[in-house]
Amino acid sequence: MAVKSVIEAVREAIREEMARDPRVFVMGEDVGIRGGVFLATQGLSEEFGEDRVIDTPLAEASIMGIALGAAFRGMRPIPEVQFSDFVWPSVNQLIGEAARSCYGTNGALQAPMVIRIPYGGGIRGGLFHSQNVETHFFHTPGLKVVAPCTPYDAKGLLKSAIRDNNPVVFLEHKKTYRLVRGEVPDEEYTLPLGKADIKRAGNNITVVSYGLTLHFCLEAAEELAGEGIDVEVVDLRTLSPLDTETILDSVKKTGKLAVVHEDNVTGGVGAEIAALAVGQAFDYLDGPVVRICGPDVPTMPFAQTLEDAYMPTSDKIADGLRNLAAY
Amino acid sequence: MPRKRTTRAQAGGGSAKAAEKNGARSKSPLPKGLEYSDLVDYYTRLIQARSLDERIWALNRQGKVPIAASSQGHEAAQLGSLLAAEKDGDCFLFPYYRDLALKVAAGLTPVQTMMSFMGKAGDPYSRGRQFPLQGADLPNKIIQISNVVAAGLTQSVGYALGCRMAGEKTVVLVYFGDGATSQGETHEAMNFASIHKLPVIFICENNRYAISTPQRSQMVIEEVASRAAGYGFPGFTVDGMDLVACYEATREAITHARSQGPVLLEMMVERFMSHTTDDDDRRYRPEGEVERARERDPVVTLARTLIEEKVLTQKQVDEIAAAALKATDEATDIADASSPPDGSGLHDSVYSP
Repeated sequence: MAVKSVIEAVREAIREEMARDPRVFVMGEDVGIRGGVFLATQGLSEEFGEDRVIDTPLAEASIMGIALGAAFRGMRPIPEVQFSDFVWPSVNQLIGEAARSCYGTNGALQAPMVIRIPYGGGIRGGLFHSQNVETHFFHTPGLKVVAPCTPYDAKGLLKSAIRDNNPVVFLEHKKTYRLVRGEVPDEEYTLPLGKADIKRAGNNITVVSYGLTLHFCLEAAEELAGEGIDVEVVDLRTLSPLDTETILDSVKKTGKLAVVHEDNVTGGVGAEIAALAVGQAFDYLDGPVVRICGPDVPTMPFAQTLEDAYMPTSDKIADGLRNLAAY
Repeated sequence: MPRKRTTRAQAGGGSAKAAEKNGARSKSPLPKGLEYSDLVDYYTRLIQARSLDERIWALNRQGKVPIAASSQGHEAAQLGSLLAAEKDGDCFLFPYYRDLALKVAAGLTPVQTMMSFMGKAGDPYSRGRQFPLQGADLPNKIIQISNVVAAGLTQSVGYALGCRMAGEKTVVLVYFGDGATSQGETHEAMNFASIHKLPVIFICENNRYAISTPQRSQMVIEEVASRAAGYGFPGFTVDGMDLVACYEATREAITHARSQGPVLLEMMVERFMSHTTDDDDRRYRPEGEVERARERDPVVTLARTLIEEKVLTQKQVDEIAAAALKATDEATDIADASSPPDGSGLHDSVYSP
């Protein structure tokens, strides 16, 4: 076991899978000798050559379309979208085409590709370097969506995503890249997609989250523990397929549910989880389902004050959970 | 390969008349690699495709085919390029929605074709999930996921990249209309293919209409092929009503693509029918335009050539037409009587195992 950062875990996962399977290759903007703007692909060009670490023109639609075409041929491309905010030009290829390619050919075609997307705010990125884009992909049948929050999860899930036979949107929260460190096994391991993880066990309230805000939830849970409120923190890890069983089991145990995410509240992942709980665990609920999420503004703004105002911080989460506990 | 305008005459095919004038007794020479038996074969496929195409339109009016896009007038371009691809033996196709004749000639049976147009379970492209002939026909080396124009271009480039990574020499032919050339992905696909010298042949079937929008409202240039210069690869404008010219241009392009990288072939075609069965082109096409275009119908001109060259008799031409009609009749009946996909399959194959 060694302590590593999220970005190191991501890089290790890609490197190991490229060494393991010659069909795996990386493409994107500045992923080659530059190693990616976040250095996720640092050293890969030197190790595997330019043919498997392809610096592309700055054109996201073709990054996605070309990756998809290569996947149809049986390759396992890992296209990188430099920032989530730049994914939009590629959305036709991703939501329009890749997500429908298996269904639209009655299973004749597979699109095994992992779309790595650094996302999220809290890094003074403003409207075009902070976006949370997950809801659009979460909503789309045919895509899988993964959003880890620890180095251990990031590595194990990324390796599974690369081995999956479907297009997987792999969301890496930028702020966690170097801020979050944790133990990563030296030996080979993978983690299954579609399986949530209880990051903190508790009996009074279930809080479901993923990505950066999962860490804020853990901080809030610690704070509330001192007040006698025992919070269970469920890390979704994979948004699609959603691990409904783990969520429902937790809700049935605690009777109270809060969902926390940085993405806009309306129509978000939280809304779906609320519907799940109300629809399938109604008799167990002892209070309203609470959503502590990004407000409905077009993204986290640039100024520190505005960024703070947007972010579901541990204080805001603690307040929300306190109110729910008192209900 | 310098940029040039390829015509039938330049292609060296010659005409029957010219041969007569020269006192030649033998048949007019055909371009390299081509035999008259190939032309008979492809004429037969053309007639079958046309027969199905016409029937499909009629079935739409009878309420049995919800939507159809006709390839009538585009067939010489589609089949000429396919002939070159087949003779090469290692090509993969990314067609678009107006490539009915291409898909039929590439190996789809009349029954499969009718199943697809009627949305029956026997549709090999998508099992009734998509518009007709949309999805994939992998046994015949065809992928067409959608009808979002130009989306297939970047995918075809990626496919070629994948083939190269797998150590293969496959050449990819990607088809699109003039309308698709306005999409940004057309630029992105051509640019990337050129950077990596990928073996992709971009085939623009230019019928000068993007549904109703004429070419002059889509671009100021006369020839789409001239854009190739901006990407540093060759581009040619070909008479898309001439199957032999399209064959020869594609054959040369395949050789070039495999050794040096992409080629753009603009095949000038005529759209004989409205955009789809839901469109009425009388709203926007000048009177007489389609009638004049039909004078160059490859069904007519190719038959004339084959008879003039004494490859076929009129009787044989008539027999080919009768056989195609019979196959179309039978296919229509079989497809009509066949089952639609079971509703219980709605959730199948959302994900790959």
